[in-house]
Amino acid sequence: MKEKEQKRSYSTECYNEMKLRLPSLSVNEGMARAAVAAFCAQLDPTPSELADIKCAVSEAVTNCIVHAYRDTVGIIYISVKLCRGGLVRIEIKDKGCGIEDVELARTPLYTTDSAGERSGMGFTVMESFCDKVRVFSGCKKGTTVTLFKFVKGKE
Amino acid sequence: MQKTNRNCSLFISEDGGSEELLVVLKGEIDHHSAVWVRTEIDEKIMRYRPSRTVMDLSGISFMDSSGIGLIMGRHTRMQAVGGLLVVREPNERIMKIFELAGLTRIVSVERESRKRRGRA
Ligand SMILES: Nc1ncnc2c1ncn2[C@@H]1O[C@H](COP(=O)(O)OP(=O)(O)O)[C@@H](O)[C@H]1O
Ligand SMILES: [Mg+2]
Repeated sequence: MKEKEQKRSYSTECYNEMKLRLPSLSVNEGMARAAVAAFCAQLDPTPSELADIKCAVSEAVTNCIVHAYRDTVGIIYISVKLCRGGLVRIEIKDKGCGIEDVELARTPLYTTDSAGERSGMGFTVMESFCDKVRVFSGCKKGTTVTLFKFVKGKE
Repeated sequence: MQKTNRNCSLFISEDGGSEELLVVLKGEIDHHSAVWVRTEIDEKIMRYRPSRTVMDLSGISFMDSSGIGLIMGRHTRMQAVGGLLVVREPNERIMKIFELAGLTRIVSVERESRKRRGRA
């Protein structure tokens, strides 16, 4: 697993791209993951790969809605890049409240939600369904989550 | 009771009275649907204070970690009224997320899928 990871390059050339911007309304969660999945369909992914992508995107988009723009409505910027070698690079960006301690936020079961309705498993789901997850965040500036997923497809 | 909101539909059978509340979910569980679904379920739990609430997930085609929150929240509610929450027929994908969260150690999960019966 680790060995494989070292051989793969996460910075290959992009040959196709989709950009999407949506206001942070929860009704757009389904739309966002469906649109990304539809764009990735040209790689002929397996049902399992497609489900991984949908779920990871749903997590990142939901975080923009419930955390980044908690008391307001802001814009969610999504970019999907198809790169050589079957790499899909999905960037989900907000200009919301930011994350104080990214490492802590990525810990399984960690949540700042006090109502007891969030599980704190969002980042853990993204990490286990993608090959790599990168998070950049600045307090009161916003957060950028990049999901890297290698799609082998139906060979 | 039957309700549909975009890509998720909810059916709650009240026939079991204070014995069992049956909740059948179909479609997609995300944060958007979890918000209204939980309101509906909680209202019935508070009304009947059932000994058992069964959440049937066999018709769920998509679920993210919001589903974990939904289930854990109902588990806590059921504990508060002295009852039990049972999750029925989650698919393989859902099981994967359950296992990531360690949910199977907390909530009872019933699986008797056709596949399993066929193999046994
Ligand atoms: N885009 C974001 N903007 C601000 N805070 C975020 C963002 N994404 C995640 N967080 C923070 O990281 C925590 C963990 O996120 P996650 O693993 O998805 O769990 P959950 O959403 O269930 O709380 C959140 O509770 C929140 O405090
Ligand atoms: Mg989350």
